[in-house]
Amino acid sequence: MSVLETAENPETLRRIAIDPVTRVEGHGKVTLLLDADNKIHQVRLHIVEFRGFEIFIEGRPYWEVPVAVQRLCGICPVSHQLAAVKAMDRIAGYDAITPTAEKLRRLMHYGQMVQSHAVHFFHLASPDLLLGFDSEPTRRNIVGVAMDYPEIAKQGVLLRKFGQEVICHTAGKRIHGTGAIPGGVNKGLTVAERDDLRRDIPQMIEWARGAVKMLEKLHLTNPNFYNRFGEFPSNMMGFVNASGEMDLYHGGLRAKDAEGGTIFDHVDYASYGDVLQEEVKSWSYMKFPHIKALGADKGWYKVGPLARVQICDRIPSALAELERQNLIALGGGKPVHGTLLFHWARMIEALHAVEVIGALLDDPDIIGTDLMGDKGERREEAVGVIEAPRGTLFHHYRVGEDDLVKYCNLIVSTTNNNQAMNEAIRTVATQYLTGREVTEGLLNHIEVAIRAYDPCLSCATHAIGQMPLEVELLDAQGELVSRARKNVG
Amino acid sequence: MTDIPNSFNLDGEPIPFEPGQTILQAALNSGHFIPHLCAHPEFKPHGSCKLCIVVVNDRTGASCTMKALPGLEVQSDTPDLNHRRRTLLQMLFVEGNHFCPGCEKSGNCQLQALAYDLEMFNDHFTHFFQPREVDASHPDFFLDRNRCIMCELCVRASRDLDGKTVFGLAGRGRDLHLVVNSASGKLGDSAFAKTDRAARVCPVGAILPKEVGFAKPIGERKYDETPISQLAFTCDWEG
Repeated sequence: MSVLETAENPETLRRIAIDPVTRVEGHGKVTLLLDADNKIHQVRLHIVEFRGFEIFIEGRPYWEVPVAVQRLCGICPVSHQLAAVKAMDRIAGYDAITPTAEKLRRLMHYGQMVQSHAVHFFHLASPDLLLGFDSEPTRRNIVGVAMDYPEIAKQGVLLRKFGQEVICHTAGKRIHGTGAIPGGVNKGLTVAERDDLRRDIPQMIEWARGAVKMLEKLHLTNPNFYNRFGEFPSNMMGFVNASGEMDLYHGGLRAKDAEGGTIFDHVDYASYGDVLQEEVKSWSYMKFPHIKALGADKGWYKVGPLARVQICDRIPSALAELERQNLIALGGGKPVHGTLLFHWARMIEALHAVEVIGALLDDPDIIGTDLMGDKGERREEAVGVIEAPRGTLFHHYRVGEDDLVKYCNLIVSTTNNNQAMNEAIRTVATQYLTGREVTEGLLNHIEVAIRAYDPCLSCATHAIGQMPLEVELLDAQGELVSRARKNVG
Repeated sequence: MTDIPNSFNLDGEPIPFEPGQTILQAALNSGHFIPHLCAHPEFKPHGSCKLCIVVVNDRTGASCTMKALPGLEVQSDTPDLNHRRRTLLQMLFVEGNHFCPGCEKSGNCQLQALAYDLEMFNDHFTHFFQPREVDASHPDFFLDRNRCIMCELCVRASRDLDGKTVFGLAGRGRDLHLVVNSASGKLGDSAFAKTDRAARVCPVGAILPKEVGFAKPIGERKYDETPISQLAFTCDWEG
């Protein structure tokens, strides 16, 4: 069990609750237990949401699933659609899809990467980094960024718009489209649509590269702070292509330890159950996956941008690979684990995604009309996995002879990062909370650590910069000593 | 009173009709839309959904069952009647389990199209969330009772055109549900065939072919492109 996960004598400690911490799909909360000297004894990130999609999907026809299940999320529906459809390709009997269909799906997915990474960094995270963790909370939002840094805000909005346009042209809608269907795609890309997107590539590359440089510059202002904030060693997992390069659409699972040593490599994701295991804890509705061979205590891992840029051998696009080298150089040959470095890695991925989109648009196959593969024998069971913006996303289905889904297991990126997010807030609480009085700025330090992992948890889709938080300080008898609130009620 | 023989006034417009026609038939023939769900030109009027409600000479009734007569003053497109229609639609939505975002029929669905056309912006009533069975026992088609609105078009098609009586309604009130005429009660054990008229008459997504899911993108479907009020009698499934 992790240090600070469970205190020995909780009844003797004071409890601080941050409740709710909003996320896209519902609410989470943070609880901290402190002794009389304000020493931290327990920190937990509780995910109190219950989505229930694994059960909703049971009993539904398999061909409906990719479109229905994407309603899990409003930020990365494309990722859920593609993970589901990769599984349903196999269920429906399509062993291979056409080159045009795969490239269109890739285009959709990398468009999703651009828009999601842009909305995360510019809209949700940049107010903390550009205006300050302790800055005036009423201005610590995208509007505040737009007032102080109008050019940066504009670039963020337009980068996101570009990603949305890519999704719209491939999925039919900017959010919750229907592009990917079992066996291929239902919509080709017209020459006019391709040219429309192509025209913006140079500008998008410049802006995405500018975002990476901005994070590099911010890091240089206080390297020790950026490296150490929420820093903790952990395993890392994701998938890479057959050559060991970053591939966000398809690949084999790879895991490395905190020192960069390989734990497993090129594992067929269909057999994820051989290398990963999910654990249930009594205090959270979210499961805790870990590497089976290492056990629950030592086998937990990070997924997402910071893991992906470090588990891959290289990024197969020139500009992003150059930037990746700058980031990993911080570790001097060892992996880096600072929580704020997620943002830097995320913008490197955004740059990579724009480069991939440019290459796909230059490929003649992208305007092909052969959209559906050849159907073979129906299967009962299949797994689809994709590298979603926030990390590795697993969809596992079993379908009966009557074509209705009878089993569904989803391990979403946030679930994969569950223990890592808990460790991040434990580290930040130890670094910044111990011995200090609760303030709004302090609360925001905890939010910043959560936010670095996943905008689904940190800000939700409806509350940009206005995360509702309530912290209560109780004495050992449970009496309220003080309360700090913001944006509650 | 209008001075044209075999004509009545609909919302102030003269509507010609053939003897024996209903008000709804005459209105649609002359290009005037009256919202409707259970009416279909191939089948006898049913008068159950009440979406086609009109006021005729100060009396309220279903236009699909009321004969057109010379000189009638018929009101249809009025705020009061459209409000009643919206209420009926809201009740249909909360009684069944209609999840349009994941439904293959979305964009081709008459219920959804009418809700858009009549500007039904919310469900208003509390959802029943009734458990409704999905019957996927047939090799070619599946029956999703979550979406059934009890219009009995499949009942009439199977009985009157297919000569099979595969479908019927059983139960009362909230327990009213579509049943299948077979020993097991399953579609796969019935005489239903994919070539039946009943297979392609459902105005919602209750009877759909298998393995067809979003082959046609949302946004390019029948009612995505043209409002239902401009399409009148078109409720066949289009894939």
